[in-house]
Amino acid sequence: MRYYARKTGYFLLTLWAAVTLNFLIPRLQPGDPAEVMVRQLTGRDGEIDPTQIEAVRAMLGYADENVFVAYWKYLQQLAQGDLGVSFTYYPFTVGEVIGQALPWTLGLIGVTQILAFLLGTFLGTYAAWRRNSRFDSFISVGSTFLGNLQSFWIGMIILFVLAYELGWFPAVGGYGYTTPGWNWLFVADVLSHAFLPALTLMVTAPIGFILGMRNTMVQELGGDYIRLAQAAGLPDRKVALGYAARNALLPTVTSFALSLGVLMSGSILVEQLFDYPGMGRLMGEATSNRDFPLMQAILLTTITIVLTASFVVDLLYGVIDPRARKSR
Amino acid sequence: MTENETSAPAGPPPAQLAPVGTAAEADATNAPPGGAGSGQRPPAEDRWSRATKHVEGAPEVHVHVPRPPRWYAVLWSSKKARIGIVMLAFFVFIAIFAPMLTPHDPNDSSFVPVQDPSGEHWLGTNTLGFDIYTQLLFGTRLSLAIGVLGGLGVTLIALLIGMVSGYAEGTWLDDGLSFLTNLALVVPVLPLMMVIVAYSETRGLGLLVFVVAITGWAGHARTKRAQIITLRSREFVTAARFGGDGMLRIVFREIMPNMTSLVVSGFIAASTAAIAAEAGLSFMGFGDPNTVSWGQMLFQANANGALVQGLWVWLLVPGVFLALITTSLSFVNFGVDLLSNAQLREEEN
Repeated sequence: MRYYARKTGYFLLTLWAAVTLNFLIPRLQPGDPAEVMVRQLTGRDGEIDPTQIEAVRAMLGYADENVFVAYWKYLQQLAQGDLGVSFTYYPFTVGEVIGQALPWTLGLIGVTQILAFLLGTFLGTYAAWRRNSRFDSFISVGSTFLGNLQSFWIGMIILFVLAYELGWFPAVGGYGYTTPGWNWLFVADVLSHAFLPALTLMVTAPIGFILGMRNTMVQELGGDYIRLAQAAGLPDRKVALGYAARNALLPTVTSFALSLGVLMSGSILVEQLFDYPGMGRLMGEATSNRDFPLMQAILLTTITIVLTASFVVDLLYGVIDPRARKSR
Repeated sequence: MTENETSAPAGPPPAQLAPVGTAAEADATNAPPGGAGSGQRPPAEDRWSRATKHVEGAPEVHVHVPRPPRWYAVLWSSKKARIGIVMLAFFVFIAIFAPMLTPHDPNDSSFVPVQDPSGEHWLGTNTLGFDIYTQLLFGTRLSLAIGVLGGLGVTLIALLIGMVSGYAEGTWLDDGLSFLTNLALVVPVLPLMMVIVAYSETRGLGLLVFVVAITGWAGHARTKRAQIITLRSREFVTAARFGGDGMLRIVFREIMPNMTSLVVSGFIAASTAAIAAEAGLSFMGFGDPNTVSWGQMLFQANANGALVQGLWVWLLVPGVFLALITTSLSFVNFGVDLLSNAQLREEEN
């Protein structure tokens, strides 16, 4: 029980730190975001009216000179789910805009992450079990090679070949001319649009799992308990999968949340490339338009997603590994 | 990048294998902070290989002890590292002599657009009228610069936080720094970079280096913390502590020289990540507008319909160069791993 209490406390603490970081980032910058925003509205050479700056500052929540008062207000607004009004999508609120984009990204990333985890651990396990075989060196060399390619570049090649040259899949967007709703036509449309971005992410996403799983599995296979199991005459497959792989899986599980963060970064680039209507594309739009409220909210949302995933994984880890629960 | 971080804490801690000498000896071979380590002789490895020779040669009475291999000999002994070094030298050559290798200017857009490769334009021109070959050559400069500077920045922050936190293990200072490290580790890097760049008034190399350093240090700090924890209970550290040395002195002058190769491999991994990060940021349109980079070439290729028009050279070449330069760095790192892990060296030979 103490394990879970500690993990929950840690989760809340990191969440608070992330929220605070989000509050601090604009205030640590040398420039004045309000002035930047006004200048953007009036054009670079336009005359800047001080009252305009004041108004924008009030809108962004900078009106209070006292940082602590502003921080308190920020926390209150956040608790009510008020993230401000989007600049690009005025009059929609940031919450509404993100609500539109979030399902797309969660679907794309969620499916790729789970597939990558399954595929990566499987390949890693097999490579370690058949260590120094042709398959092993193929997997190791292949991972190193693919790991050095940029995800967005892989996406460009895939887009070029599969969408433009061969025309097998739609090139851009989240869905075509079907009307959104729960019918087969729309679902098929969404899937065919999601296929290329997902494929792009899947080229590099399993690599971390493959290498991590292979390394720990090779170590576990050298353990005394493996020798004991072999001496006891257990079948090879049972020793590898039932004993070594089960133990080797534990560190891989902890890397799940970290790799989710990496995948999130990758999905921003890939969504931008495929014009996929998710958080990544929105982030690109928000940052190039200097839509500060939207941009900050997206950052906060992505951090929260990763933190939550890492929290859930921690809890599961306590279930699958009793040692973690009992230590300390 | 993942290669090092996963293997370092898992395998036998490299420097631990070496019977490390007295404080005075360790002190005599100080590495500069962030030590790229050129011209440095790693002391621990020399002693270790001498020690193994003794054990192996036990039955004989007269043991010929050959001179222990120098660091560059070890590096060169690995085939992968050799390939990596040659590739890297190629890129450095391009970066230095770029103006002599092409008659054109990378920012000159006065050529006839969309030309096929010819004697005048080796890789043709793009839709904006730039010479692709020239841009490719000059892009090497930015990638190498961001690699060196970004790698240095990351290494410095990681060293400071990781070493202090590891040495102060168990205290409130370590708790605070570890919390910070873990937080920085889970924050998705690219969105954070984009937010910082978006707030900034200026765009340029300095900003890119800053952003890369401030977002990339966490994993390296954790590795260094783990490493120093295994080193700090050694006799020479205790001796230095009894000798009255302060914490910073012990950490940076006694312990750090013993992990030079680890620091170097961290630096190379950080450089690789920095080059990739610059490419990603430039692809999103946040690069340095005054210089040409491979990421920006890809950004322009994507924005100006290179895909639709089938200008595959414009698309292919910058990505291949990016992949080659990161591959060369990870190959060099295989060699650096041999320096820090003598067991690997045995396997290789």
